[in-house]
Amino acid sequence: MNTKVISLVSIGAHPTSGRARRAEQDARAVELGLQLAGDNLQVLHAGDSQEPALRAYLGMGLEQLHVLEQPAGADALGVLGDYLRDAGAELVLTGSQAETGEGSGMLPFLLAEQLGWPLVVGLAEVESISNGVAQVLQALPRGQRRRLKVRLPLLATVDNAAPKPRQSAFGPARRGVLAARQVEIVEDELFTGAELQPAKPRPKRLKVIKAKSGADRMKAATAKASGGGGQVLKDVSPQAGAEAILKLLIEEGVVR
Amino acid sequence: MLNTLLPILLFAALGLAVLGALRRVSLWRQGRPSKVDLIGGLLAMPRRYMVDLHHVVARDKYMANTHVATAGGFVLAAVLAILVHGFGLHNRILGYALLFASVLMFVGALFVYARRRNPPARLSKGPWMRLPKSLLAFSVSFFLVTLPVAGILPANFGGWVMAVILGVGVLWGVSELFFGMTWGGPMKHAFAGALHLAWHRRAERFGGGRSTGLKPLDLEDPQALLGVEKPKDFTWNQLLGFDACVQCGKCEAACPAFAAGQPLNPKKLIQDMVVGLAGGTDANFAGSPYPSLDGSGKPIGEHGGNPHQPIVNGLVDAETLWSCTTCRACVEECPMMIEHVDAIVDMRRHLTLEKGATPNKGAEVLDNLIATDNPGGFAPGGRMNWAADLNLNLLSDKKTTDVLFWVGDGAFDMRNQRTLRAFVKVLKAAKVDFAVLGLEERDSGDVARRLGDEATFQLLARRNIQTLAKYSFKRIVTCDPHSFHVLKNEYGAFDGNYVVQHHSTYMAELIESGKLSLGQHKGGTVTYHDPCYLGRYNGEYQAPRDVLNALGIEVKEMQRSGFRSRCCGGGGGAPITDIPGKQRIPDMRMEDIRETKAELVAVGCPQCTAMLEGVVEPRPLIKDIAELVADALIEEVVASQPAPAKRKPAEVH
Ligand code: SF4
Ligand code: SF4
Repeated sequence: MNTKVISLVSIGAHPTSGRARRAEQDARAVELGLQLAGDNLQVLHAGDSQEPALRAYLGMGLEQLHVLEQPAGADALGVLGDYLRDAGAELVLTGSQAETGEGSGMLPFLLAEQLGWPLVVGLAEVESISNGVAQVLQALPRGQRRRLKVRLPLLATVDNAAPKPRQSAFGPARRGVLAARQVEIVEDELFTGAELQPAKPRPKRLKVIKAKSGADRMKAATAKASGGGGQVLKDVSPQAGAEAILKLLIEEGVVR
Repeated sequence: MLNTLLPILLFAALGLAVLGALRRVSLWRQGRPSKVDLIGGLLAMPRRYMVDLHHVVARDKYMANTHVATAGGFVLAAVLAILVHGFGLHNRILGYALLFASVLMFVGALFVYARRRNPPARLSKGPWMRLPKSLLAFSVSFFLVTLPVAGILPANFGGWVMAVILGVGVLWGVSELFFGMTWGGPMKHAFAGALHLAWHRRAERFGGGRSTGLKPLDLEDPQALLGVEKPKDFTWNQLLGFDACVQCGKCEAACPAFAAGQPLNPKKLIQDMVVGLAGGTDANFAGSPYPSLDGSGKPIGEHGGNPHQPIVNGLVDAETLWSCTTCRACVEECPMMIEHVDAIVDMRRHLTLEKGATPNKGAEVLDNLIATDNPGGFAPGGRMNWAADLNLNLLSDKKTTDVLFWVGDGAFDMRNQRTLRAFVKVLKAAKVDFAVLGLEERDSGDVARRLGDEATFQLLARRNIQTLAKYSFKRIVTCDPHSFHVLKNEYGAFDGNYVVQHHSTYMAELIESGKLSLGQHKGGTVTYHDPCYLGRYNGEYQAPRDVLNALGIEVKEMQRSGFRSRCCGGGGGAPITDIPGKQRIPDMRMEDIRETKAELVAVGCPQCTAMLEGVVEPRPLIKDIAELVADALIEEVVASQPAPAKRKPAEVH
């Protein structure tokens, strides 16, 4: 396949020790990329090229990893967007949410907006790519999959539905090259200006189990999420459709 | 006529033998360099052969005597035959000596023949079945051709018919025994074996020594190989060692993985390495194949390789390498002192460090070790939770102590915490000045190293050594034989040299010096399971038994105990790589335990405890030696503390 695939990676943190590591979801983005493009996969990170945890990605068998050199607190969005456009990327894969830093999960959305590309969240598998159109499977809750056809270039996030990342090996990790490149540094004012504090655990909603038997519980756990009401609009003009959606959002209190 | 024929035959055979030897040596020299004392080794070889090797062979009296007669007779006969028939020194005394030697060899060969009539499954068949006949042919022929020399028969007795028969007999004999030795016949073991003893990679093993720590990889040099991918990546003396195998199958009979039907047979593995160093396929292997799940064994003849081809998935399947528990039972039994475990770990190193192909939970465990310093991925801050109420001294406060209690990763395991608490109780009762590292302790690196991850091992080892260097202590004591082995035998290569003891050894000392007042063990009969890493790796068989005896326990020994103890299946990362077999190793060990009819099995290792407790009930109870000692402690009544009589603090078990 000669589609240009780029995986974006960040520095992760181990959930119990907090030590730097390869981020779980980003590693899956690399795995998926390797399965699609093999040695042609390009992996990109914006940040510190001296960070040893980056070598864990190289250990997956990469010859090099491109780093857009940035200090902590810089905004990665602009430089990533420029790089991807210049590099002629057609399929960009990334984790859904970083394990360190802001971890807002907004980067893929902002990046897609900036590039004007479609975004697929929860990519589980790329089935085929032909004539500039990718046929992919998107992961939905409860193990469901949705088949989508999306035109390239395309940005996709992966989560735990994507294939498990391969083991990182010491030899390739040591041999691989961290290719740093100087870029313009834009301060992320939203991040550096904000005050960070540890998250409070959210109160849990009480779960009332109505099911009487094990079979009922099984059914409840595996049932498709189904809205009761709802309305299917067919053959309406875009204008009318948009109005109907807006009306619903106002009714539900999503848009005020 | 024989007088002209014999020298030709003898010298032709010798010439061929020399050519074969040169060829064989060039095969070994494909391996990587290794530092050995070439001359010193050769000089030490006879002693190593007659003392150290014989010590192993002598465990089987029948074979030992047979071998002494056959080999001794042969060496003598060969030398004399060259003198008498080769150089024509027709001297009566030499003649009689040669007659004696060939008779000796004949008797030995008869016993070899007898053993081969109904060979046990562990012995290889094929060309090995021919060997006793060749030995007989050699001894009988030389006996007969020497009779005239000794003056017992006239020189041309039997005429040309006899001469032809004897000529053929001698030809057969010298083919097998002279140049067969260097051209890959069964007698190769004598030639390669002698040199292997001389240039063994663990010369410390000779003269009653012990050398069990794995050898470190050079990680500083980016050009150095990370483990063994191809046969030529072994050191030359490892290749030589493989060539020394006599295919006796002692290793096969001892191997727990083989018995459990996992796809590993140490003998076949060594023979595969021989195929690898010489090139070819395993089609000529005439022993038990690697077991397969359907019970018929992996087919022979489908695997092959050469010195320059990757071993895994050509010569050997990866699952074979991952089945090993590194229990060293094979090494202990091998009369040729071949180092199976070194070879297996060398090949695992390549798979883990270069290929990232550690099976099953391997990758996860290694990631955890890197990120949390323990294989379970538990938060490192929880390492001392088991002792929250015990007020243990931390070395970071005390700086100096008599005994450093190395806790090990069992700290995170609820079952093992009972053992740890019991041992603390014993230490306190003996008023020992001890302290722990607390949160500064990390996994010893044992599992990472056995899984082939030398990088993570060295990372952990260096950090532990750094921590230990900050404090002063007289000795390290641990309840975990794996930590014990690594701290004692494997940290030395990184300048970590300590006095390390297993808790059973230390408790035996405490008892000996009267520091503990002990009652008697209450409860039924007891057997003892020797952990591989305490016994075979470190030679400690006696102390645990002494401790049990001090509790009034008479140990009901299992058939396989002491140096023949069977592994529990927990070593070498085997539970992590989890290669399926027909049965589980701990179940087999539990059968061994049940045979003794003991109601309780004493153990001295958190792995053994976990593996044996994993066997479904009903089964004997499993208790660590520390727990047994703690239970039998007679607690002193402290007069100065008028504690409320009835409300003793409850023990948490
Ligand atoms: S170390 Fe133990 S498990 Fe491994 S091959 Fe030898 S006997 Fe078998
Ligand atoms: S490796 Fe050792 S124990 Fe095993 S068959 Fe060969 S000589 Fe015998």
